[in-house]
Amino acid sequence: MSSLFGARVQRVEDDRFVRGHGAYLDDLGEGALAAAFVRSPLAHARITDIDVSGALDVDGLVAIYTYEDLPERLAQPLPLLIPHPSLTHGRTPYPLANGEVNHVGEAVVMIVARDRYLAEDAADRIDVSYDPLPPVVGLDAARQADHLVHPDVPGNLAANEVQEHGDAAAAIRAAPHVLELDLDIERSASTPLEGRGVLAVWEAQAGRLRMWTSTQTSTGVRAAVAAKLDLALADVDVITPDVGGGFGVKIVHPWPEEVLVPWAARLLGQPVKFTEDRREHFIASAHERAQHHHVTVGFDDEGRLLGMSVRFWHDNGAYVPYGLIVPIVTSTQMLGPYKPGAFRVEFDSLYTNTVIVTPYRGAGRPHAAFVMERTMDAIAAELGLDRTVVRERNFIQPREMPYDQGLIFQDGRPLVYDSGDYPALLAQLKEMISWDEFPAYQAAAAAEGRTVGIGLACYVEGTGVGPYEGGHVVVETSGKVKVATGLTTQGQGHQTVLAQIVADELGVALEDVEVVTGDTRRFGYAVGTFASRTAVMSGSAVALAARKAREKALRVAAGALEVSPDDLVIADGIVQVKGDPDSGIALGTVAVLSNPLRYAFDDAAKAATQFAGGGDLDKPPVAEGEEPGIEGRAFFSPARSTFAAGMHAVIVETDPETAEVTILRYCVVHDCGRLINPRIVEGQIHGGVAQGVGGALYERMAYDENGQLLNASFMDFLMPYVSEVPRRIEIDHLETPSPLNPLGIKGAGEAGVIPGAAVLAAAIEDAEGFTIRSMPISPSDLFELRLTHRSADSGGRPPGPPADIQEAQS
Amino acid sequence: MTGINDELHEVSLTVNGAARTARVPARRLLSDCIRHDLGLTGTHVGCEHGVCGACTILLDGVPVRSCLLLAVGADGAEITTVEGLADPDGTLSAVQQAFTECHGLQCGFCTPGFLTTITAGLRVVPDPTEDEALEMVGGNLCRCTGYQNIVASVHRAAAIQRAREVGAG
Repeated sequence: MSSLFGARVQRVEDDRFVRGHGAYLDDLGEGALAAAFVRSPLAHARITDIDVSGALDVDGLVAIYTYEDLPERLAQPLPLLIPHPSLTHGRTPYPLANGEVNHVGEAVVMIVARDRYLAEDAADRIDVSYDPLPPVVGLDAARQADHLVHPDVPGNLAANEVQEHGDAAAAIRAAPHVLELDLDIERSASTPLEGRGVLAVWEAQAGRLRMWTSTQTSTGVRAAVAAKLDLALADVDVITPDVGGGFGVKIVHPWPEEVLVPWAARLLGQPVKFTEDRREHFIASAHERAQHHHVTVGFDDEGRLLGMSVRFWHDNGAYVPYGLIVPIVTSTQMLGPYKPGAFRVEFDSLYTNTVIVTPYRGAGRPHAAFVMERTMDAIAAELGLDRTVVRERNFIQPREMPYDQGLIFQDGRPLVYDSGDYPALLAQLKEMISWDEFPAYQAAAAAEGRTVGIGLACYVEGTGVGPYEGGHVVVETSGKVKVATGLTTQGQGHQTVLAQIVADELGVALEDVEVVTGDTRRFGYAVGTFASRTAVMSGSAVALAARKAREKALRVAAGALEVSPDDLVIADGIVQVKGDPDSGIALGTVAVLSNPLRYAFDDAAKAATQFAGGGDLDKPPVAEGEEPGIEGRAFFSPARSTFAAGMHAVIVETDPETAEVTILRYCVVHDCGRLINPRIVEGQIHGGVAQGVGGALYERMAYDENGQLLNASFMDFLMPYVSEVPRRIEIDHLETPSPLNPLGIKGAGEAGVIPGAAVLAAAIEDAEGFTIRSMPISPSDLFELRLTHRSADSGGRPPGPPADIQEAQS
Repeated sequence: MTGINDELHEVSLTVNGAARTARVPARRLLSDCIRHDLGLTGTHVGCEHGVCGACTILLDGVPVRSCLLLAVGADGAEITTVEGLADPDGTLSAVQQAFTECHGLQCGFCTPGFLTTITAGLRVVPDPTEDEALEMVGGNLCRCTGYQNIVASVHRAAAIQRAREVGAG
């Protein structure tokens, strides 16, 4: 009966976007006052004085605020959103710096003026005096702890967390082969094309706040702002307009600007807007990725894992408002599709005087995949085995599902994989990229003087994280269906895929379904859009809500047609008796009948008024236990996350002179359970792969030793253009439905980015013949590695395993 | 009042076929003038340093980054923004149609810059090869799509354009 679920339908949101009729944050609030910020130019300093006198006569200046101006609740640090028992030293920023700054870009003064130009004029004229403190930049400095970011946090250590399943140390000791690897991955960032932004309107007469913010969680912002401004939740509306990309950075809330702008709007009695500029986004939002890992792995002669112990260090930046989510995800998701034997992971989350580190698409998983996949390749190299063979021998088998990895996942629940077929995925990938034929191709290329290499990388991704999402479906008397869910949208096509689900459930046309997301006026209970969760969570919720609406419609229609609801179906928006298409009653009419009326406000409504006849005159017009209207409201709250999986393979060519890396083929096999819309899933994968390639070959945050971000612009932060991404990303799907939700869905949003660094490192390693342990890798990095290895070779080093794979025990 | 000379200057523009005027300070960026003085918010600002291309408009038919121009410098110019690409009857242009058919956009923020750029590009190269299509969109940033479907949209737009010409001819 499903006709839209699984179909490659065109997106319903595109028409307004291609016409230039989208409404993003800065498109709203015409005439609003503009906010700008004085931000710290130093990574670590005490503020000794703030002199605003030079700014006071700037034309159009409305207000200047410093920490001293903040009322009690705003003068407290911003919330630590996700507390964790291991996070013993959680520190969060103040909305405006309270005497000390801990990274370049931290907000110190807020200016409100008639427009942004004038606000920046005033900002330029404010003189902040600083007493510099020694900055802590990079993991080495943080670990060394010669200097502290926060004086009351010894060793710069926010958290130390250990998880262990079995006795890893004993298993490694007993293993016939042991390898140790040091692995590094650098900072990158979400970098949506639209930065952050917030607009607030204080409705003085009603005593209510209405705000718009470019966020991934409008309900989260609403609760945080209500608490900070001492407002009842009912007196705060938060609306997420069209959002120009999120990729994780916009899940952080409340940003300082998200509480300061509404506060100023209330104080001033005028709408106030803040629109972040590009430099601000680099230095005042969030980054991700930077970690250093030390792996010790024990395995048998066949390459089977017997024990694995990973110690890693995570740079969390100056504050930890989002808790330990990124390193927890890294520590649990590095297991991928494998049975690791005994496993132990321990991490330190460390403060540095740099921008905060919070989830960016993949959220800890690209590092996790890099660690495990580099380990798999090292084992294969050590034993002289094909890299796919080592993986096959360690896969969890489909018959072993559900599979308990014995750890606690980021949702606080057991890490239990629900379903998946990893051997099938690998077979699919090998065939797609002609894995077995590659050595011949490589030899032929070598004969032509070309250097090519192949790599693969696998991952498992916990998606659809709880605790819940909800949905509301109402059939209007026009027959149009209005759907609302509370989480937000940043370009994923939710209006289309959720409409596909509801249209199928209700038996109506896609164009008759309209979906609203991220508007607390329409749906007040929600968590947010992150962790590839919308299709799973809100998709399931709106399906359940639509089923309730459908049942109601059938009950009402059954009464009108004097048949049993079981004898009815809905097709093309008409409720019909099965096998009798002429018996129809339009869904809109059913909606009229479901709502007994006193007043006929239009022709259709006449049928529901008191003298229209019909109904049992001895019974109440609205039956006991019923409500007027054809509506359904439902929540979906699964016991656990559902685990998607995928594998990427890439063929690269490296330039013998310039060390440039060219991607010749990029193949993806992907299993996100049942596909709602393959076109949209593939689009998500395309974007993820591009970000994976960016993170592997181009993107890094270039901090100097003083904590200055040297590449805080699109000129210098090398985000891929079309010339940097593979010409064709080849995609194939496998569908192993999830048993954990009514539609069998798994998440797809982050998948494409996860194995990027791992797969490209593997292919470059294969091409060059020496190990790659650190990503990203630029042509200069690769060139330097070549020089290092050439000088090592000319030093007469005997052939054998590369120098940095040391056999610690055999 | 300090320092800044915010004397207003009158700027006359032809925007999407209509005569428009705005009174702006000399330092007002053309992108801000289009968005906030003329109210055409379809033109987006992604970096304000000329790299991302989201703010691309057609100035006398040529694609330019409106964040790198001052509004006063555009006085007398003819401007096409994304809002002016569709036919007056609302029919999507070939490029707009192609983007909707090929899933050439996700969040839509960079899209106006691609649409204007490709519109101008196809006038010069109406039947682009693969390399020419890549070249055409090679100066615009998109963080969502991985460019796969944007390149597909260029080819599709060329095909739609050809079909429409045949239909009209």
